[in-house]
Amino acid sequence: MVDIGTVEVIPTAEVEDVELYHPKSWVTKYVFCQDAKVIAIQYSITAISIGLVALVLSWFIRLQLAFPGTFSFITPSNYYQFITMHGMIMVIYLLTALFLGGFGNYLIPLMVGARDMVFPYVNMLSYWVYLLAVLVLVASFFAPGGPTGAGWTLYPPQAILEGTPGQDWGIILMLASLILFIIGFTMGGLNYVVTVLQGRTRGMTMMRLPLTVWGIFTATILALLAFPALFVASIMMLLDRVLGTSFFMPAIVQAGEHLKYGGGSPILFQHLFWFFGHPEVYIVALPAFGIVSDLISTHARKNIFGYRMMVWALVAIAVLSFIVWGHHMYISGMNPPFGFFFATSTLIIAIPTAIKVYNWVLTLWRGDIHLTVPMLFALGFIVTFVNGGITGLFLGNVIVDVPLSATMFVVAHFHMVMGIAPILVVFGGIYHWYPKITGRMWNERLGQFHFWVTFLGAYLIYFPMHYLGFIGVPRRYYELGERAFVPPSAATLNVFITAAALIVGAAQMVFFFNLIWSLFKGKRAGGNPWRATSLEWQTPQTPPGHGNWGKELPIVYRWAYDYSVPGAEQDFLPQNQPPAKRMPVAAPS
Amino acid sequence: MATILALVLVLIVIGSVSFHLLSPWWLTPIASNWGYIDNTVILTFWITGFGYIAIILFMAFCVFRFRHREGRRAAYQPENNRLEWSLAIGTTVAVAALLGPGLFVWYQFVTVPKGADEIEVVGQQWQWSFRLPGRDGLLGTSDSRYISSDNPLGLNPNDPNGQDDLVIVADDLHLPLGKPVKVLLRSIDVIHDFYVPEFRAKMDLMPGLVTYFWFTPTRAGTFEVLCAAFCGVGHPEMRGSVVVENESAYQAWLQKQQTFAQLSARAKKVNLRQ
Repeated sequence: MVDIGTVEVIPTAEVEDVELYHPKSWVTKYVFCQDAKVIAIQYSITAISIGLVALVLSWFIRLQLAFPGTFSFITPSNYYQFITMHGMIMVIYLLTALFLGGFGNYLIPLMVGARDMVFPYVNMLSYWVYLLAVLVLVASFFAPGGPTGAGWTLYPPQAILEGTPGQDWGIILMLASLILFIIGFTMGGLNYVVTVLQGRTRGMTMMRLPLTVWGIFTATILALLAFPALFVASIMMLLDRVLGTSFFMPAIVQAGEHLKYGGGSPILFQHLFWFFGHPEVYIVALPAFGIVSDLISTHARKNIFGYRMMVWALVAIAVLSFIVWGHHMYISGMNPPFGFFFATSTLIIAIPTAIKVYNWVLTLWRGDIHLTVPMLFALGFIVTFVNGGITGLFLGNVIVDVPLSATMFVVAHFHMVMGIAPILVVFGGIYHWYPKITGRMWNERLGQFHFWVTFLGAYLIYFPMHYLGFIGVPRRYYELGERAFVPPSAATLNVFITAAALIVGAAQMVFFFNLIWSLFKGKRAGGNPWRATSLEWQTPQTPPGHGNWGKELPIVYRWAYDYSVPGAEQDFLPQNQPPAKRMPVAAPS
Repeated sequence: MATILALVLVLIVIGSVSFHLLSPWWLTPIASNWGYIDNTVILTFWITGFGYIAIILFMAFCVFRFRHREGRRAAYQPENNRLEWSLAIGTTVAVAALLGPGLFVWYQFVTVPKGADEIEVVGQQWQWSFRLPGRDGLLGTSDSRYISSDNPLGLNPNDPNGQDDLVIVADDLHLPLGKPVKVLLRSIDVIHDFYVPEFRAKMDLMPGLVTYFWFTPTRAGTFEVLCAAFCGVGHPEMRGSVVVENESAYQAWLQKQQTFAQLSARAKKVNLRQ
């Protein structure tokens, strides 16, 4: 057994404290603020607000699928607009923004022992450009013809042609919004990476970073490398739509009319989209992996099992995620031999992923498990992530993908693995860090209620949905209608799924009530209610003040997982607690 | 709470397995040679199902056994190289057991048998059309430039191979039982996907490309064709049918179809009369 907990301190080069920008007015303190903690809150509130729009859209989608044709406001055009906006908002504007802009901004400086991000001004701009992107997205709901209904993958040619809703303005605003989002994200992303590399306090080596930071750090690098592919694809499609170029447009005869396009390649768009799109899955998953590792370790009072393996697994997943994008295109008509390569690379990625799962559950082994609300969400994540991960082994293995692709199996799979699983971590993370952010505790009973309804409800929504896919029920159908191969009982199943979805959606109101109510009425949390080791819990003030630390930056002496160390008095040793032998003699109490 | 959570985890495992075994929803009865695909699906179920059950039950055990009690203290064990590597190797073996058969069947999927009859599927918003090679067994060339109301599939009027091609616009496709077919797929507007659940195989129609897949119909009957790539608001309405029948019935149907030459001659006559 390697005792990595007590590796000697390797001090980083002494860097002089840079003078922080201090806000001079209310506006620079709360609105155009350069403090990463405020930016984090701004990012989170914006992301969650637009996420609520996506939640309502998902209700409409489910209502239509269970009771086709009952609701007059759900026309086929509306339906496709709803699914498109739901997907786009959830993946990009909620999850990506919340994990990186929200959790990243709040936690990176605190966890590495920095006073702020290294480029606070650019960090502020990042949020405002993100907000602009969201507003442009929202504007498309009010534009003539409504938002685009091209499906969140925006595949050309149909995305920019007649016959697809929002072909007038919706698609233009969608692409403009994506371009803005990527610009905004890049400003934030460079900050996160440079802060992790350059802003760590003395003693905080890379291999002492909490896995939350590792997760957000690797995800940000992925995003910085993957988003440019979407960026260029968006610009090219915008040119196709507005100036009539033909990057993605072959010769097309639509409704008897020869269009003025020719020579372009729609499959090129798919390559660009998924070169971004697959890493995007991990941009959402890796922060969740990191956060969940810390939640499990803290609340099981035990070091994360196999820390170094966990770090290398993150890095391996990040690297591999760039060579698996073709598994989204097995039946696109790309050269069939590519299937051999992409199936192999995709299934190889299952190995580091499985290692992470093993290490989470092995962390529970011989732990001292406190089933706090954040811990419940972390354990719920493992169940849904394992479930969604193994259905990924179906879809990644090229030949198994052939019958299942484009069916409800795919919808069930990706919702389980990159919808429900990361969102459970978002909740777990919010419950975990809320006491630090606000100084108050939330109501435990309401938190538990929120967990049980969300976790069990989500499982009941998505587990049976896979079986619709086995029957062969295709996705993106406004109305299935009578189909000889679909038994009538499938309609009953759809009603059941919708009922579960409505309940799970409504239960989220309990969460918001809890957050807001506790802000005023919650018990005082104290500085470190979870008795956690990482630096954010050791701040002199709670909530942490501007500049995070008092006069002196903390000095780090150990890794982030010194829980239940044999011989230690308490069951946790904060990262900034000096080794016992050098500890000054405690004053008699 | 620990007892409840452990019980719920066990119930999730039992519930999921029973749902899988007892629910009426499963793959449609197969109608093609791709029984191998179904076998890989089932193999994947066995291997991944075992992993799922093992992990969740292990979790349930830990949650109960190592729940917090007064005075309890966790063990301290940062790493265990042997355990970590054996789990990694075990997972690698399982992944290889999935991948090996999968790639073997994929090899068959992309290897069209010699002597397979070529047919063409043409998609447009929102209908299916088909083309059969006619007596010479060859499909003529096509280009979207040639598409007009008289030539809806855009066949090359100057290609002799195309003159006897049978053109079936927005009607059923018939196929003879037990003969392998190579399906060539072409779209004249947006992306579509030719999908018959009972055949298991499906493939996109990618405008600007001709894509393909092959299968052998093994069960007589009428099968529904769906579009499995979102193609605009009419996507769910893009219905079609494939009728699989014995050779004599198939030949009788073939006799009733019009060739490209017949269709263009008729079109010319109509045009002259006008």
